[in-house]
Amino acid sequence: MNQNRSAKILIVDDEPNIVVALEFLLQQQGFVVEKAYNGQEALDKLSSFRPGIVILDVMMPGMDGFEVARRIRQQPSNRNTQIIFLTAKGTDADKIKGYSAGGEVYITKPFDNDELIQTVQEVVEFG
Amino acid sequence: MSGAIIIGCSVAYVGLLFVIAFWAERRAKAGRSLVNNPYIYALSLAVYCTAWTYYGSVGRAATSGVGFLPIYLGPTILAPLWLLFLRKLILISKSQRITSVADLISSRYGKSTWLGLLGTVIAVFGIIPYISIQLKAIAISFDILTLGGQPGDHLQVPFYADTALYIAIALAIFTILFGTRHLDPNERHEGLVAAIAFESLLKLAAFLAVGIFVVFGLYQGLPDLFTQALQEERIQRLLDLRAAPIDGWSWFWLNLLSMSAVLFLPRQFHVAVVENTSADHVGKASWLFPLYLLLINLFVLPIAFAGLLQFPGASVDPDTFVLALPLHSGQELLALLAALGGFSAATSMVIVAVIALSIMLSNNLVLPLLVKSQTIQERYVLDLPQRLLGIRRISIVVVLLVSYAYFKSVGQAYTLVSIGLISFTAVAQFAPAIVGGVYWKRGTKIGALAGLLVGFVIWAFTLPLPTLCETGILDQSLIEQGLWGLPWLKPYSLFGLEGVDHVSHSAFWSLLFNVAAYVGVSLYTRPNALEITQADLFVDIYKYREGGTDYDVMRRQAKVADVTLLLNRFLGPVRARQVLQTYSKQTGKELERLPVADAELVNFAETHLSGAIGAASAKIIMASVAKDDPIGLEEMFDILEQTREIMQYSKALELKSEELQATTRQLQTANEQLKALDRLKADFITTVTHELRTPITSIKALARILQDTADLPEEKRAEFLGIIVGESERIARLINQVLDLEKIRSADDGFRKEVILLQPLLRKAYAGMSQLMEEKQIRQSLELTSTPLSVKGDPDKLTQVVINLLSNAVKFSPPGDGLIALRLKKRGAEALIEVADNGIGIAAEDQELIFGQFTQLSDRERGKPTGSGLGLYISRQIVERHGGRLQVDSKPGEGAVFQLFLPLVKK
Repeated sequence: MNQNRSAKILIVDDEPNIVVALEFLLQQQGFVVEKAYNGQEALDKLSSFRPGIVILDVMMPGMDGFEVARRIRQQPSNRNTQIIFLTAKGTDADKIKGYSAGGEVYITKPFDNDELIQTVQEVVEFG
Repeated sequence: MSGAIIIGCSVAYVGLLFVIAFWAERRAKAGRSLVNNPYIYALSLAVYCTAWTYYGSVGRAATSGVGFLPIYLGPTILAPLWLLFLRKLILISKSQRITSVADLISSRYGKSTWLGLLGTVIAVFGIIPYISIQLKAIAISFDILTLGGQPGDHLQVPFYADTALYIAIALAIFTILFGTRHLDPNERHEGLVAAIAFESLLKLAAFLAVGIFVVFGLYQGLPDLFTQALQEERIQRLLDLRAAPIDGWSWFWLNLLSMSAVLFLPRQFHVAVVENTSADHVGKASWLFPLYLLLINLFVLPIAFAGLLQFPGASVDPDTFVLALPLHSGQELLALLAALGGFSAATSMVIVAVIALSIMLSNNLVLPLLVKSQTIQERYVLDLPQRLLGIRRISIVVVLLVSYAYFKSVGQAYTLVSIGLISFTAVAQFAPAIVGGVYWKRGTKIGALAGLLVGFVIWAFTLPLPTLCETGILDQSLIEQGLWGLPWLKPYSLFGLEGVDHVSHSAFWSLLFNVAAYVGVSLYTRPNALEITQADLFVDIYKYREGGTDYDVMRRQAKVADVTLLLNRFLGPVRARQVLQTYSKQTGKELERLPVADAELVNFAETHLSGAIGAASAKIIMASVAKDDPIGLEEMFDILEQTREIMQYSKALELKSEELQATTRQLQTANEQLKALDRLKADFITTVTHELRTPITSIKALARILQDTADLPEEKRAEFLGIIVGESERIARLINQVLDLEKIRSADDGFRKEVILLQPLLRKAYAGMSQLMEEKQIRQSLELTSTPLSVKGDPDKLTQVVINLLSNAVKFSPPGDGLIALRLKKRGAEALIEVADNGIGIAAEDQELIFGQFTQLSDRERGKPTGSGLGLYISRQIVERHGGRLQVDSKPGEGAVFQLFLPLVKK
């Protein structure tokens, strides 16, 4: 739990209600949470907030999740930042795209609350 | 001079002719033909010069000066053209095995029996006067020699005491011996030609001898003779062309008549075409023959003048000057030679003419009648060749006896020349049908029949008929008052034509009507298939000769045995075998192996039969064994019709094929569209799925939180439940819209169609939205035109569109400072509904995009707007189904105006 408290997570999704749910779930587990509603906002908040984990939606207006991931990976300072894709796009081709863009985990919507928490904790511990 | 000497000389002369003939035929059999050269050919053509020339020219010259000349000028003028015309005629006749001039006409016009018959009749009636003058010439020359210068009165003596009768009988026997010893399949008689050539030489030599004797024996050369002659006024008058009894009109017609006579007189046609051994001889003959004419006319005027000087007061008939001059000078031997010359001129003409007539009579008159009767055909067909010779012999005797009868009743009263011209005019009737037939394909059988018939009738009426009147056989009044007393039917001035000589008069009218009838009727009648074939073969002889192909529209078959049998019967077994062997060699077909005689063999056999018995008869006989199946015009049209139908079918098939290709293209296009639609559908489903997953994700996550978290604060609980309800509604809305979309897509009938007044509809929709707008503190404006505007459609759907546009406007209006206007205007035949806002506006590149499926423009300030992304798409679909348009006018930051055009209902 201590580890959890120290971990900071950036949630990026254009759906406000999903953000609401994720924020509550992660705060309940003791993570420090910051929110962004599109790609550019996410990149802006990244440098100041310096999260350990980014939970990234793929289908967003403007810059999509894959592009955001690539930009994150381009900055050496984000070396330790882990990326979890959270998306309704669930095909294998989408997943491969996600991994090649620099994501560690790929979770499809709608997700299971427990599974999501467990995955996030695993990423915190072993990532 | 005693009759015995003269008869003895004549018999000896005839014997000499036989020797020459036998010799020529033996050489021909040995393959060393005597007559196969242009000189003999030219001499044989000189059979043109008969007793008429020999005695008559002098007689004519003594009465009308140079009036004797046109008969020889005509052929001389025409001779160069022989290279074209006569050559063509020969080639045609060889390929068609033509046996006589009547056969030529018959063959050209579809091997017509009737034409052959008519041609024969014209020839016989036309030539009999001509033969009679030869009898007269021989008889007179006999009289003069035996009676010492005076012709006997043949009119008074009974026929059995008349020398002319015995001359006729002798000539008949002579001709029979010459011309009908055997049946030649090509009617070639080399012995006859050789004898005639010899006779031509003899008569020329005799005439020149007399001429030389007269000029140099009786006078001291030509100047002496002419000086003496011109001292006499009556002779002087003869040389004055203006005073001559022969004018330009007569010259013209005499020239024309002689031009046709030299080729179309039966005997001329016989020697020039039938007996011709090679068409190449025509070239040399075309100047040799005129040369002969020149030589034989050289002494005509001198002898005539000498005769007039020696026998003043018309004591001697000028027609006998040639004999009388040497006789009265005591030159008996020269007189005998002169008589022999005249005898040769007469006999050669009689023999050839009678043979030619007998061929016509047997081939074109008797035989067609004989073979047309089925019973006779069966009974006598076996020995027809023998019968054919019999028929010819009888024909010869009959022709000569009739000629004698004409001489006895009519001929004596006229000069040699005037009777000869009657024949010339008769024969000229052939000219239109032959010349037209050789150069004009359009000439038809009926046309030729009409021309010949009308020409023949007019000739008979204007020339021979009046001679019968003048000699008292018919009533003299016919000439003076006309037929049936009609003045325009006088034989010598038909239709009132007066002042021309009888021959020109007859030639003018008969040929005018002949040509007019031939051309006119031909143009108005249709030829049958055989006529078309023959016309082609005649007119295009050079083409077919070069091509060497058989032109063949006669589709017929026969048994090989039947064809062989026919050839055996008519040609004899030896000749028949030769013909069949030739056929096998030419075609490479073995007759034993042929199942049936095909059209080719049947035609081949018929052509060879034609050579023996004439075209018309051969056609009839071959028809008795061959299934004669000429392609009639009807059938030709049938074939044409069928061809046209096939072409139509083929065209129809082409059209079908094109249609199929078009259909295929359409199907391909449709397939592409379906594929695209399929992809669209897949995309649509993917999108819809995504759009559904998003609210479900929120609902599921928040619901689990509510479930798992017992100590959730009340406010959080309320917030989460609110989101769940909202997202559930979002799902419901989405589902409704997808269903809407499906409804719009699947059918137009999903819409009601009723007339809607727009003002109340818009007020109602506006009222429904005004609550929401007031909550958002949006200023509102409703501007509807007072003119009632009606459209046709579904009021619910249109209301839905307006509400959708208004709610979009509300969504994008700046909070607290919004301004929305709903306007209705009339634009031409359309109603214009505008929904305007003062929101963020839409960039030009996005203005079409927003009407697509699931396209949502992000509000960069506030994240994603609520909505399914289907609203505008559905709205546009609805508007378009109403025949209207939905578009947007906007600039970023300056708000947007959505414009809805709908067609007005016409009052």
